[in-house]
Amino acid sequence: MNHRAIRAIYLFEMARTWRTLLQSIVSPVVSTSLYFVVFGAAIGSRISQVEGVSYGTFIVPGLIMLSVLTQSIANASFGIYFPKFTGTIYEILSAPISYYEIVLGYVGAAATKSIILGLIILATAGLFVPLHIHHPVWMLAFLVLTAVTFSLFGFIIGIWADGFEKLQMIPMLVVTPLTFLGGSFYSIDMLPPAWRTVALLNPVVYLISGFRWSFYEIADVSVAVSIGMTTAFLVICLVVIWWIFRTGYRLKN
Amino acid sequence: MSSIISVANLSKTYGSGFKALKNVNLDIQRGEIFALLGPNGAGKTTLISIICGIANPSEGKVLVGGENIQTSYRKARSLIGLVPQELHTDAFESVWATVSFSRGLFGKPKNPAHIEKVLKDLSLWDKKDNKIITLSGGMKRRVMIAKALSHEPQILFLDEPTAGVDVELRKGMWEVVRTLQQSGVTIILTTHYIEEAEEMADRIGVINKGEIVLVEDKATLMQKLGKKRLTLHLQGKLDALPESLRHYELDLCDGGATLIYDYDTKGERTGITSLLGDLRTAGIRFNDLDTTQSSLEDIFVDLVRTS
Repeated sequence: MNHRAIRAIYLFEMARTWRTLLQSIVSPVVSTSLYFVVFGAAIGSRISQVEGVSYGTFIVPGLIMLSVLTQSIANASFGIYFPKFTGTIYEILSAPISYYEIVLGYVGAAATKSIILGLIILATAGLFVPLHIHHPVWMLAFLVLTAVTFSLFGFIIGIWADGFEKLQMIPMLVVTPLTFLGGSFYSIDMLPPAWRTVALLNPVVYLISGFRWSFYEIADVSVAVSIGMTTAFLVICLVVIWWIFRTGYRLKN
Repeated sequence: MSSIISVANLSKTYGSGFKALKNVNLDIQRGEIFALLGPNGAGKTTLISIICGIANPSEGKVLVGGENIQTSYRKARSLIGLVPQELHTDAFESVWATVSFSRGLFGKPKNPAHIEKVLKDLSLWDKKDNKIITLSGGMKRRVMIAKALSHEPQILFLDEPTAGVDVELRKGMWEVVRTLQQSGVTIILTTHYIEEAEEMADRIGVINKGEIVLVEDKATLMQKLGKKRLTLHLQGKLDALPESLRHYELDLCDGGATLIYDYDTKGERTGITSLLGDLRTAGIRFNDLDTTQSSLEDIFVDLVRTS
């Protein structure tokens, strides 16, 4: 294995994060804080409790997931799209490095950024509402699994996109709505029965449900199903990436 | 000399059906400077891209340092440094960071002394902390060479290295390339500038429409295909050539003041002696004469036209 190449890509990508600190870390933290002000304080004050947890506390896992999902996709898709856009991808393709090493470098860096961001938002949330995490190990496991899975998904989008518009299209038109409708701000039990069934088709429901369970032991669906669905999505992303590198899709002529 | 790159029966057909390479066979000798010439769209960049791993071949086999580029790609690629035609750079990185990144990418341990030497050799040392976006085009080109040399490759591909570079900088790059060759690096150069090939190459390959038209030692090529031109500056102007000189196929130029005679140096007889004799017989005298060798450019144009 070319450890040095993985390290080079990883550190190169992480360096970009520090260079763009305002955009990478500060901006999502500010947005999340605003969510707390709007949903937690303004609206939350009118909702007493959700399944025994105050509304402000209830939305913390959903808010973290919202940022982790969108930032994982944004980081990974931009990370691989930018070298394609500038042409510097030639160096990656001509280096003695295997495909899985390329993925490890880019996706590893994107996931790391998202995890750091998730933990920062968690700490920020602690300033607004009292928090108690029942299963911290499971919380971290869900965080890492989600960050890695959606970074892989972002990597696929970055390879697929042949313009900045496409780069934004899936995250804005698909992922953000799915996340908002995936129970970030409510329990799907609060929905009418018909809509609850529809909501169960949304994969993000399972992520948020599992993550929320690790905090408060309350879940919309069983934890095993949450883990199973996330892992299934991870496997699908891995298969797609394997196919991309095998065929050279949008990378090699 | 042994081959460091061996290309056998290599073909490339793009998805559109365009055949960029047609059954190319080529051997690059260790330690040489090989110039690959060809018009736009001839297949030069496609050939380099396949050898370096950027494009997939449709058919054929390529060995680099004896290693198959597909089955043993790590060993093959680690021998190669590539400077592509376009200026692809990480605009917001510093020179030092981007060159160090390239070394890491090729699996080499950190070696600040080597990076420093490369940057100094390329006159980039005082720019090492500058962001690439602030550099001039010529400097960016040198940064790309520095990146390609960062991992101490045995083979360096320079795809149009001096395109859009001013004459002074171009000559500076030629010096760098010569120094690299002296240190044992094999250099494959594609260029539109015939003078560049003429100045630097040990051997020359000509590619046209995806086919290698010719591979030849430069000196032999010049000798084999080169024609010489004899120019006679006449004492008096001629209105027309006398009948006795018609078979020499002379050109009468400058309003009848200059006679031009092209002859083949590889021919058994150049015809110069008899021409001079016939001129004397015809009473045509001249003040001066000079001879010139046809350039590689003339040869190249001839080859491409006839292939």
